[in-house]
Amino acid sequence: MFKSSRNRIIDKSFQVIGLATTIFGLLILATFIFYIFYVGATRIDWAFMTNLPSRFYAKAGILTAWTGTIWIFVLTAFSAIPIGISTGIYLEEYAKKTRLANILEINISNLAGVPSIIYGLLGLEIFGRFLGLGRSVLAGSFTLALLILPIIIVATKESLRAVPQSLKDAAYGLGATKWQTIWTQVLPVSFSGIMTGIVLALSRVVGETAPLIVIGALAYVPFVAKTPMDDFTVLPMQIFNWISRPQHGFIVNAAAAIIILLIIVIILNGFAVFIRNRASRKNNW
Amino acid sequence: MFTRKIKELIIERALLLSALITILTTLGIIWVLLSESFAFFKVVSLWDFLTDPEWTPLFTQKHYGILSLVCGTILTTGIAILVAVPSGLTIAVYLNEYSTKRMRNIVKPLLEILAAIPSIVYGFFALIVITPVLQYFFPSVSGFNALSAGIVMGIMIIPFISSLSEDVLNAVPNSLREASYGMGATKFQTSFKVLVPAASSGIIASIILAISRAIGETMIVAIAAGQQPNLTLNPTVPIETITAYIVQVSLGDVPQGSIAYKTIFAAGLTLFVFTFILNNISFWVNKKFKQQYV
Amino acid sequence: MDLQFLSETEPAVKTIGKNLTQEKQFMAREEKLAKKEKKHYALESHMLNAWYGEKKILNDINMKIEANTITALIGPSGCGKSTFLRLFNRMNDYIPIFRKTGDILVDGEDVYQKRIRIEELRKSVGMVFQKANPFPKSIYENVAYGLRIQGEKRKSVLDLAVEKSLHQASLWDEVKDDLKKNAMALSGGQQQRLCIARALAVEPSVLLMDEPASALDPHSTHRVESLILELKEKYTILIVTHNLHQASRVSDYTGFFYLGDLVEFNNTKDLFTHPKKEQTENYISGKFG
Repeated sequence: MFKSSRNRIIDKSFQVIGLATTIFGLLILATFIFYIFYVGATRIDWAFMTNLPSRFYAKAGILTAWTGTIWIFVLTAFSAIPIGISTGIYLEEYAKKTRLANILEINISNLAGVPSIIYGLLGLEIFGRFLGLGRSVLAGSFTLALLILPIIIVATKESLRAVPQSLKDAAYGLGATKWQTIWTQVLPVSFSGIMTGIVLALSRVVGETAPLIVIGALAYVPFVAKTPMDDFTVLPMQIFNWISRPQHGFIVNAAAAIIILLIIVIILNGFAVFIRNRASRKNNW
Repeated sequence: MFTRKIKELIIERALLLSALITILTTLGIIWVLLSESFAFFKVVSLWDFLTDPEWTPLFTQKHYGILSLVCGTILTTGIAILVAVPSGLTIAVYLNEYSTKRMRNIVKPLLEILAAIPSIVYGFFALIVITPVLQYFFPSVSGFNALSAGIVMGIMIIPFISSLSEDVLNAVPNSLREASYGMGATKFQTSFKVLVPAASSGIIASIILAISRAIGETMIVAIAAGQQPNLTLNPTVPIETITAYIVQVSLGDVPQGSIAYKTIFAAGLTLFVFTFILNNISFWVNKKFKQQYV
Repeated sequence: MDLQFLSETEPAVKTIGKNLTQEKQFMAREEKLAKKEKKHYALESHMLNAWYGEKKILNDINMKIEANTITALIGPSGCGKSTFLRLFNRMNDYIPIFRKTGDILVDGEDVYQKRIRIEELRKSVGMVFQKANPFPKSIYENVAYGLRIQGEKRKSVLDLAVEKSLHQASLWDEVKDDLKKNAMALSGGQQQRLCIARALAVEPSVLLMDEPASALDPHSTHRVESLILELKEKYTILIVTHNLHQASRVSDYTGFFYLGDLVEFNNTKDLFTHPKKEQTENYISGKFG
C-alpha cells in the first residue's frame, strides 16, 4: 500500500518535470527570438538593407550579404537538385539490392554525417585550388551543393518509396517503359515529398557558415557580386564578422542581420511544412 | 522502337553517373585530407602530434600537439551532452507516454525548429547572452569559455535526442506497453523499466549521433569558446576546439602550401576520424534496434 | 592428314546434311500446321513451370484459349492463378526471384522471346488489376495515358479514343460532363470501369483481369460483370476470380488451379455441373477454399 502510493508520487512528479522541461525548451526558443528582435528590430530600415559594409556601424548595411546569400542559394539549388534527385531515382528505382547500390547507400549515410567544415576543406582544395575557382560564388555553391546532396537524395528515396506499387503496375500494364513510368507517374506523385526535402536542405544552405569561411569567403566585400566568378559574402559571414567586434553598435547590427536570416529560415521551414501537410491531405490511396 | 530502348539506356547511365558523384565526394574528402596530412607528417612526427601537450603552429615557438584541440572539443561536447541528454530524454518520454497526442504533434515540430536555426545564431547567444549571465553568477568566468558554448550547443542538439528517441519509443510494440500496464505499473515505471530499456539501442544511436554533431559543430565554439588551445577540463577559461582552429587559420592569411596551412588538414583528418567512427557505431546500434522490432 | 580426315568425315557430313533437310521440311510442315492452329488460339501455355526463389508455384501448365472467349481461373488463394495470369503480359518480370520454364504464346508468338519488346506486348495485352488503380490525374488523362506514352499528341485522336473507350466501359454517360475531374474522386466501381476504359484505349486484343470486382459492392460488381460480357465480342478475356458465382455467370471456360496444378480445364457449364476431378468437386461445393 505504502509502496504504491510512493510510485504514484514519483509518477506525478515526473509528469510535472517532463512538462516543465518541454516548456523550458520552448521557452528558450521563444526567449532567443524575442531577445534578437528586442536588440535588432529597430535597426532594420531601408538604408540597412541597401548599404554596403562599412567601418562605421551606423553606416554599415547588408546589401552585399543578402545578395550573396541569394547567389549562393540559387547556384547551390541548381547544382544540387538535379544530381540529388537523379541519384535518389537511381538508388530507389534502378539499382535496388545490387552490390553497387549497397555501397552507394552506406556511402551516402556516411556523407550525411561528415561535419560541414570538412566539406569546406574539400571545397578549398578541389574547387578553390584544383579547379581554380578561388573564393568565388561558384566555389561556395559547389561546396554547399555537395554538403546538402545527401539530404536531397534521402528525401527523394523516401518519397519514391512511398509511391504505391499499384500505380507503377498500371503504367507498366499499359506498355509504359520504366522511364516513362517514373517520369509521368512516379515523380509527379512524389513531387511534394521531394520538394519538402529540397526546401529543408536549402534552408540549411542559407545558414551555413563554416565551409564558406574555410574556402576563403570574405566578410568584407565592398561590392555586389555580378558574376558567379566574383568574390562574395553571405548573411552569416557578415553576422560572424560583426559579432567579433567590440563596439555595441555592431552587435546591434548583428542582431538585425540575424532577424533577416531567421525570417528567411523560418519562411523556408514553414513552406516545407506547408507542402508536406498539403500533400498528406491530398494523397488518399 | 530501337531508339526508345537506347533512350532508356542513356537515361539509366546518366542517373548512375550522378550517383557516382557521391562516391567521388567521399574519395575527394579522403584524398584531400590524406594527401595534405601526409605532407604535414613529413615535417611533424606522428608521435609529437599525438603526445605534445601544446598546439602553437602560428607562434614562433611552434608545437604541434593535437591533444589540446581534442581536449577542447571533448570539453565542449561533454557539456553539450550533459545538457542535451537528460532534457532530451525527459522530453522524449514525456511526449511519448504522458502528453496528449495533440500536444506531441504540436511540440515536436516546434522543438525541431531549434535544430533548424543556423548555428551562427546560437554563437551570438552564447557570447552575448549566456556568458554575461554566467559571469553574473560566477565572476571568475572569462569572456570566452567552454561552458557557455557547451550549454548553447546542448540546447541546439536537444531535438536530435528528443525527436529521434521519441520515434524509437513510439516504435516499441504496444504489446509490451500493455503487458506492463496490465500488471498495474505506473506510466513512470512502464516508461523507464520497460520502454526505455526496450528502445535502448535506438536511444543510444540518437545520443551518439548528437555527440558526432556536437564534435563537428563549428560556429558556436569559434565565436564563444575562444582561440586558445588549452589542455584543461576547466570550463570557465578560453579553449580552442578542432573546428574553431580550422576557422581561425582560414580567417588569417596563411600562405597556401605552408606548414601552418597543412595543419588544418591534419586537424580536419582527426575530426573526420572521430565523427566517422561515431556515425558508424550509431548506424550499427540502430540496425540492431531495427532487427529487434521493426 | 587433312585430306584423310576430310574423306573420312565426308559421308557423315552428307548424312547430317540430308537429315537436316528432312528435318527442315518436317519443321516447315509443322509450322504450317501450327499457323493454321494459331487462328484459333489467342493464348497458349506449354509445359509452363514457375518458381519464386526455391518455391515452385506452377507445375506443367498446358492451356489453350480461343479468341473472343472469356476464361475464368479459379482456385484457393496461393494456388498460382494470379501468377499464371501475369505471365501473359510479363508483369512477373519485376519480381527479381521469379523464374520460369516453358512457353507462353499470345496469338501464336512466344512472348518471352528476346526480340519481343515488353512495351509492345503490353499494348496488345491489356490488364485490369484487383484494386482499382487510377492515376491521380483527370479522367481524361487517365484514359489518354496509354496513347500519350506512345507519342500520340493530336488532340482530335485522343478525344476520340477517350470517348470511345469510356463508351465501351459504359462509363461515358456518368462522366462525360466532367472529364477534367480527378479520377480519385470517382466511386470504387467507377474507378474500376475507368481502369478498364484506360486499358481499352490502346486497343489491345487480350484483356487480363485480376479479380477485377473483388473490392466492389454487389451493384458495382454487377455492372462490371455485364461490361465484361459485352467486351467479349472484341476481346479475348482471361479473368482470375475468387467468386465462383462470378466465374459461372460470365465465363465460357473455367480452369481450376490447386497448389500450382491446373487440375481441370473445361467449358464452364460442364466444369460446374459435372466436374471430372474430385478436387474440383470439393472446391466448387465449398468443402475447402
